[in-house]
Amino acid sequence: MTAAAAPAELDHGTSGAGGAAGHGGDHGPSTGISHVKLAMWVFLGSECLLFGGLISTYLLYKTRANGRTLPTDVFDIPFTSVSSFVLLMSSLTMVLALSGVSRGDDTAGRAWLLATALLGAVFVGGQVYEFTSFVREGVAFTTNPASAAFFTLTGFHGVHVSLGIVMLMSLFVSSVKGKLTRNNSETVEIVGLYWHFVDIVWIFIFTVIYLIPAD
Amino acid sequence: MTVTADAPLELEAPPQPRYAERPLGVLTRPQGGRGWRDWLSTVDHKRIGIMYGTAAMFFFLVGGVEALLLRLQLAAPDGSVLGADVYNQVYTMHGVTMVFLFIMPLAAAFANYFIPLQIGARDVAFPRLNALSFWIWLSGAIFLNTAWIVGGGGADCGWFCYTPNSGVAFSPSHGVDFYAIGLQILGLASLISAINLIVTCLNMRAPGMTLMRMPVLTWMLLITQFLLLFALPVITVALFLLMFARLFGAPFFDPAAGADPLLWQHLFWIFGHPEVYIIILPAFGVVSEVIPTFSRKPLFGYEFMIFSGIAIGFMGWGVWAHHMFVSGIGPISVAAFSLSTMFIAVPTGVKILNWLATMWGGRLRFTVAMKFAVATVAMFTIGGLSGVTHSVAPADTQQTDTYYIVAHFHYVIFGGGVIGLFAGLYFWWPKVWGYMLDERLGNWNFWLMLIGFNLTFGPMHILGLQGMSRRIDTYAAGYGFELWNMVATVGAFLIALSMLVFMVNVWKSRRTAASRPAPGPDPWDARSLEWSIPSPVPEHNFDEVPVVRGRDEWWHRKYGIDDDGQVVRVATVEEAAQRGDAVGVHLPSPSFWPLAMAVGLPLIGYGLIFNLWLAVIGALIVIASLYSWAFEPVDDPDADHGHGHDEGHDGGGESGDGPGPDDAVGEVETAETDEPAAVGASEGQS
Ligand code: HEM
Ligand SMILES: [Cu+2]
Repeated sequence: MTAAAAPAELDHGTSGAGGAAGHGGDHGPSTGISHVKLAMWVFLGSECLLFGGLISTYLLYKTRANGRTLPTDVFDIPFTSVSSFVLLMSSLTMVLALSGVSRGDDTAGRAWLLATALLGAVFVGGQVYEFTSFVREGVAFTTNPASAAFFTLTGFHGVHVSLGIVMLMSLFVSSVKGKLTRNNSETVEIVGLYWHFVDIVWIFIFTVIYLIPAD
Repeated sequence: MTVTADAPLELEAPPQPRYAERPLGVLTRPQGGRGWRDWLSTVDHKRIGIMYGTAAMFFFLVGGVEALLLRLQLAAPDGSVLGADVYNQVYTMHGVTMVFLFIMPLAAAFANYFIPLQIGARDVAFPRLNALSFWIWLSGAIFLNTAWIVGGGGADCGWFCYTPNSGVAFSPSHGVDFYAIGLQILGLASLISAINLIVTCLNMRAPGMTLMRMPVLTWMLLITQFLLLFALPVITVALFLLMFARLFGAPFFDPAAGADPLLWQHLFWIFGHPEVYIIILPAFGVVSEVIPTFSRKPLFGYEFMIFSGIAIGFMGWGVWAHHMFVSGIGPISVAAFSLSTMFIAVPTGVKILNWLATMWGGRLRFTVAMKFAVATVAMFTIGGLSGVTHSVAPADTQQTDTYYIVAHFHYVIFGGGVIGLFAGLYFWWPKVWGYMLDERLGNWNFWLMLIGFNLTFGPMHILGLQGMSRRIDTYAAGYGFELWNMVATVGAFLIALSMLVFMVNVWKSRRTAASRPAPGPDPWDARSLEWSIPSPVPEHNFDEVPVVRGRDEWWHRKYGIDDDGQVVRVATVEEAAQRGDAVGVHLPSPSFWPLAMAVGLPLIGYGLIFNLWLAVIGALIVIASLYSWAFEPVDDPDADHGHGHDEGHDGGGESGDGPGPDDAVGEVETAETDEPAAVGASEGQS
């Protein structure tokens, strides 16, 4: 076995090539993607399953009224469409923020970071308003399986947006302090990845929950 | 940053821990050293691995005592050791402890310790996150077990905790709340660790270490991390729903409110079946390292081994409903899942054949590690075969919820998983601790465990087929259950005895280590890179990052092929191995923040159960630690690395500043030497 497998592998040749490659510090990440960015991608993969589980739960339960009002009965589609549009636009401002920071244009970078956070905050504010008005109309968390699943799914998403806002504001603060420069603009890119992901998830949720009619 | 060969070895003259003043931090930055406090702040993947392993063995004892209680209760008809209620708690906590607090962290110990070594790295990608994973895991483990004291008893819903049985109505103590929250904490730990290790495997490979040259242990651990990555969020959803159902009255699982109790079963088993591969694949990896070493042959069909591992990883997602054949999921689903379950046996069978083919014609050495490895293959095959019998849905309808199932899964997780990891313990013990475990006591350990194991779980097949239900606290005389239950109990005590022998072995081997020859870097004539560095492994792992030219790199540094095609030794271990005496290797600085953050999480848990103010305090601790962490540079500017190199490079570590909670060690520097770093087959670095 060894004999059969070995010769090709054993042909180590001269050690010439090793000289340069041998300095471990010189070789960057094996994939060419930085550790943190790769970690964010991997994490988002996991998040897909989290939202997948929550969306499935909602789909299973969306018509289980337990004799009371369903979330679908109290949806205000125009309102939610507007707040969805706001969130969608925040992806645009996120892109502009990244472009600002990586150009070294700190003013633009900061302005767009702030704008992104603000649009996110408008979305979360809209969600809070939506939740309270639903409760007033008789759809609370424990009303029926449908409402519990609805609030859990959209609530989880809202928490994700809020965490994104915290990250954006931290970026903003470190930019003001002069710690965020074009050299580490990758941090903005990584937060951007997260932000776009949360956006895309919302497009799914909006379509699945609000737009596809309950049968 | 120069290597001076005659400078004092770094590890033999460790700098005394000094705690530099950090005016802004609550906690002063630890400086590294060897006292117990340094374990609390360590970010060294090896120490973290050791802590995982030690804690896991402790919980093995806890779960083992619980198992013995179960077996005492069932030893004879009408047992009266435990009442019915306590029995429910004990088997639930036994299952949960063994799965989440023993075998998973033991696998995590191997992953932490050996992935970096096998791919030629100095640490994992995110050392502080790695520490965080461990501390969160430990805090979750402790939290879960405090249910016994403050929760009114352990969880009593079985390890899969089916709803609505686990609702407040049927399980009124707080045990299930501790289960729901505790497993979320443990899941968070595993998720962070999975991300970290995936990035490590993908990004931190030494030059030349292509994916298809990675040792099989690393490969199987990598697949395990992907399974964790995708399985954990699913159970997190389930646990979250359960927690809200119990604590806040959400009707997720209340059939009276129109909810579907099967939702839980689906979510649980979509996690649960990948979980069984999470348990078994690390052991497969261990066996795939041990068998080639002691057969003196390369692993037969490396590619098949990897691809069958990946295939298992994928197919593992399509079989979950075989746990639900009797729950009324309908004939089409039953047929589909029955078939997919039969198919998943194929890649598993491939692995078994590969191990056998590796041994075939090899020069076998039956060390204790090898015996454990071979036993793993044998016992797992038995468990796999009874598994195939469950895949036949009509047969399973008879078997489900009987002791036949208990027999089956103990053959796979104990016979495959635990015995496999014991092979790993004996194999890598000298690498980690610098002394060998005694082979004679090891033999006692092995045979007692193997015989005890088969006596315990073999008869359970018969009991199950005779109709004895699992999870019953007692049985009446006259059903023909007496004999085999007694045998199983005797077997369980033999397993306990074998563990005692193991502990004596550790204690004795450690005590006599000084009087026995040191194992040196490579006591087994092994094949992968961790054997090319001293035992125990120096803090910086590799003096020079190795350059990899092929699979089984280390073996090829020792052996070549002569003109007649014969294997010949071209370098002794001493010639080929690194000496571990590099100084000035730049390592990430320790930190207290991971530990501090982990303390906050159980407080949130207690708060949710008892008093929300406690949760607020916990959350504040978490947030404060998170921010202190984010603004603590990876490299401590105050740190004197203790070996007098220039400090000019410290700026490089600041890139982690900002909102990201961790930062990479991508910039870890290697020691510069004048020698060519690569080592051909014929040239050692003496
Ligand atoms: C020390 C040897 C062990 C003994 C004697 C033992 C014994 C038992 C017994 C008797 C039961 C069935 C309880 C019942 O259904 O009434 C059980 C359940 C279980 N055991 Fe073990 N066990 C041992 C080791 C392990 C290990 C190493 C693992 C996993 C790594 C494990 C995982 C489980 C699980 C998951 C259950 C199911 C609990 C439930 O029904 O919810 N056991 N064990
Ligand atoms: Cu399964």
